[in-house]
Amino acid sequence: MTRRLATLVSIAVVVAVLCLLPFILSDYNVGLVAQVGIFYIAVLGLDILTGYAGQISIGHGAFMMIGGYTTAVMSRDHHTNLIVTMLMAFAICFVVGVLLGLPALRLSGPYLALATFAFAVSVPQLPLEWSKFLGGRDGVETSQTVSNSWLYGVAWAASAILLVLAWLILRGRIGRAFRAVRDSEIAAVASGVELPVYKTLAFGISAAFCGVAGSLFVLATNGFAEPSEFGILLSLEILIGAAVAGLGSLWGILAGAAFVGLLPNVSSSVPVIGSTHGQDVVFGAAVILVMLLLPGGAAGLIARLTGARA
Amino acid sequence: MATAETSRLGGPRNRGAALGGVVSPVALVLVACAVGLLVGCLRSSLFAQLTVQGLALGSVYGSLALALVLVYRATRIVNFAQGELAMLTTYIAYQLIQWGLSYWEAFFATLAIAFVLGTVLEVTLIRPVLHRSTIAAVIVTVGLFILIDGVVNWIWGGAFRYMPSPFGTKVYRVGEVSISRLYPGMFVVVLISVVLVWALFRFTKLGLGMRAAAVRPAASALVGVRVDRMLAIGWGLAAVLGAVAGLMAEPSQFFLEPTLMQPILVYAFAAAALGGLESPGGAVVGGLIIGVALNLVVEYVPAISTELQLPFAFAVILAVLLVKPSGLFGRREVRRV
Repeated sequence: MTRRLATLVSIAVVVAVLCLLPFILSDYNVGLVAQVGIFYIAVLGLDILTGYAGQISIGHGAFMMIGGYTTAVMSRDHHTNLIVTMLMAFAICFVVGVLLGLPALRLSGPYLALATFAFAVSVPQLPLEWSKFLGGRDGVETSQTVSNSWLYGVAWAASAILLVLAWLILRGRIGRAFRAVRDSEIAAVASGVELPVYKTLAFGISAAFCGVAGSLFVLATNGFAEPSEFGILLSLEILIGAAVAGLGSLWGILAGAAFVGLLPNVSSSVPVIGSTHGQDVVFGAAVILVMLLLPGGAAGLIARLTGARA
Repeated sequence: MATAETSRLGGPRNRGAALGGVVSPVALVLVACAVGLLVGCLRSSLFAQLTVQGLALGSVYGSLALALVLVYRATRIVNFAQGELAMLTTYIAYQLIQWGLSYWEAFFATLAIAFVLGTVLEVTLIRPVLHRSTIAAVIVTVGLFILIDGVVNWIWGGAFRYMPSPFGTKVYRVGEVSISRLYPGMFVVVLISVVLVWALFRFTKLGLGMRAAAVRPAASALVGVRVDRMLAIGWGLAAVLGAVAGLMAEPSQFFLEPTLMQPILVYAFAAAALGGLESPGGAVVGGLIIGVALNLVVEYVPAISTELQLPFAFAVILAVLLVKPSGLFGRREVRRV
């Protein structure tokens, strides 16, 4: 009972802090924390697939790109309401995720990692080829731009809704099936889990989450969807976020998202290392250090501190 | 070196089945492709030029893919930093040349530095996490990717750097085909290094120990193999092969920049997946296939432009993996339940 109380209190504290921050921080910093919210959604999406269903993916930046371009194109051509385009990004990425999940059924471990990596580097090439519709190297611009506070509110509201959605999915039958697949595919099949259904479903759900993150990501870059924004580095950042969070725990994700969302920006404001590439050095070194010190990520740390399994 | 030791559980029976039932169709298809290429080369000089160029580029992909395979066999992780490590060592070679060494002096000095670098990285960064979590070790290599990129940009900046050409600018003419000496040179250098690594694994006691440590760490430790040392040497050799790939990639691009190896890493991944992550020979063959195929397809298939090169490579990997989920030369992992 005390554990449940502690959980409720920590949720209340996080929500209260997030509600208060926009009134304290400067406009620029509100934008930064909104960025954390966007990464939160993406890392949450990847964690469903990798942490719960045990399928690694290095290609989730590509889903973000598909979501981002959905928003940009719909806004450019039809002036669709931005919130509506996020729902469309969710739906489209779900379908694409399921489609990618189908070939992924045959792959496992490092081969799945390589195939999704190839997916991540392939998708940003498509706008260059279909430049009439997708704007080529210059990208697509949304018909309207949003303020930092709008972005903050929507990003964190979406994070909250998707977190609840993820929690509902993961606590029930589907979540149990995911974990069974992760722990032992053979045992899962023997207990009546339809492997193809749940693996593709995990891909679809996780891609859909990243699609929403991608929509917001485009809005955060002044409504520009450009191929170069969605390079392999973005996919790697999502993966780093999930690893720093600690796989298979909804709690650590906040730490993982803050790590990838804030660290590059914070270190760039420090004088000596503030040069553009100094921040890469700091970020890379920090990633290595965190993994050396905390192989289980933030979730592992929380588990150690509370003395229970995450 | 690809055949006997990759089988994790299967005995002779398993190997026989693989040779009889699986490998030969692949070999037949490859021989057919080679014959097709030869006929094409004899009929068209453009085709011949593209093929030679493709083989040279493919040998670079294959060499980096082989580095990935060595690391994978030694430590069971895919090293995302392999390409950036190769890029870093190429910059070191550039710096040595700036300091007055000749190209080939710098070349061999760089290989030695690369070996030390690879070994040190394994001991200091990979080994501590490897026992606890594979995914954490993979993330360390991702961090290394970003770190090396930042360090190189910091020290040398993003501007193009130029190195002297290792093979001069001579152009060979065979009939109507004119081929820059660069391409055969690249191919031969990579081939020599691959053969040397193969010989090391096949004929020396050290190589035997490394193969044993990769396949059955516990059992080989029991018979006196220093497993940890073997794995570190495996990483060192991988870094050397990567350095060869980087040094040979530089003249093919005509300049050195920090993103030199990023597309090549993608093709090396494709090559390793194509050949099978367990199979060193497969990685090299996979690299050659990718190199030649990309060069020819972009020229002769109008629908596939340079922009679609990467998606095409992706489609090929996916298609091959769907038919053979552990690569052309890989062995299906058999697990005891």
